[in-house]
Amino acid sequence: MSKISILTKGIIKENPTLILVLGACPSLAVTTSSINGLGMGLATTFVLLMSNILISLLKNVIPDKIRIPCFIVVIATFVSIVDLLLHGFVPALADSLGLFIPLIVVNCIVLGRAEAFASKNSVFDSMLDGIGMGLGFTLALFLIGSVRELLGNGAVFGHKFIVGDGILVFVLAPGAFFVMGFLIAIFKMLKKS
Amino acid sequence: MAKKEISLLQLVLSLTLITLVAAVALAAVYIVTKVPIEQVQSAKKTDAIAKVLPHFEGTTTRIAMMPEEGKDSVILYMAYNDSELFGAAVETYTDKAFSGRFSIMVGFDKEGVITGTEILQANETPGLGDKIDKNKSDFSLQFVGKNPQNYSLIVKKDGGDVDAITAATISSRAFCDAVSRAYQTYLKAKEENHE
Repeated sequence: MSKISILTKGIIKENPTLILVLGACPSLAVTTSSINGLGMGLATTFVLLMSNILISLLKNVIPDKIRIPCFIVVIATFVSIVDLLLHGFVPALADSLGLFIPLIVVNCIVLGRAEAFASKNSVFDSMLDGIGMGLGFTLALFLIGSVRELLGNGAVFGHKFIVGDGILVFVLAPGAFFVMGFLIAIFKMLKKS
Repeated sequence: MAKKEISLLQLVLSLTLITLVAAVALAAVYIVTKVPIEQVQSAKKTDAIAKVLPHFEGTTTRIAMMPEEGKDSVILYMAYNDSELFGAAVETYTDKAFSGRFSIMVGFDKEGVITGTEILQANETPGLGDKIDKNKSDFSLQFVGKNPQNYSLIVKKDGGDVDAITAATISSRAFCDAVSRAYQTYLKAKEENHE
């Protein structure tokens, strides 16, 4: 597998949310607006990148039998670091993402990539994989968030361009499923072509 | 992955080592961010107090007090101008919100008239419940200038005086709940201070 395809496969071919359908919980819960989707995606990308690098560095040190608890410790540590740093230095972003940052720990994409990729590949490849997968996740969350915000609230990036309310169901939980369903269909089509 | 047999002791040791390193790393980050986080939070509080008590420039005394109903204490910032009570900024909360708890700061003057409200932390649905924020709708502005003594803090649907947000009655009820918790606690605090 070439280096470039490791980086780009996460964006469409193996998009974590829309093709592999991993990490559906944050994808559905956080994406009420495009900004939230983008912020959550980038925070997850950072954690994914750092944990992939560290886990591929440690892959020969960690005994096979206890690899899952070790991975979780590494991931949870990075998530807590991100959480503390955001609260300390970027309070505005920390406010808008609220309790979704700690939830990155239970995002199965991060653990999934650690287990499926980083524990078997070189540090550099794992780094590319982390960035690629993270960007794919960010793209998916951003798309879901934008569509929901546009239809549900008549707004783009928080700026309303219609008077009154949009189709409110898109902001509520069922709308997340509708939008994700349609995006999965579109991505399946893109993958085939 | 090493193929050779690994003893239980080795497993325990390696996991202990990893958690130890993680703990040290976290402790280091915690120490670095402790002061900035505290500064951000106290700045937020001071900012909110200034917003809900527009004409007040003195100092405030912090009191924590249990409300009549509710699981946690409400924080009162009693505002004094030369030992005379000016009013208070009350940090209150509600558990009746649509998504989890939200907390708001409510300002009262010494008669109990609401001087302002400010959202401290809320996760209400964007486009619906988040209209409790005064940047998004005028909902919270209707409280300003009202004295809960002759203004029923209940939405009109339930027989009170508050115009609820369209399609967000739960968030509106929750907001009323938080404000009335603040008001009750403020009255209680005033009484205790006079004794």
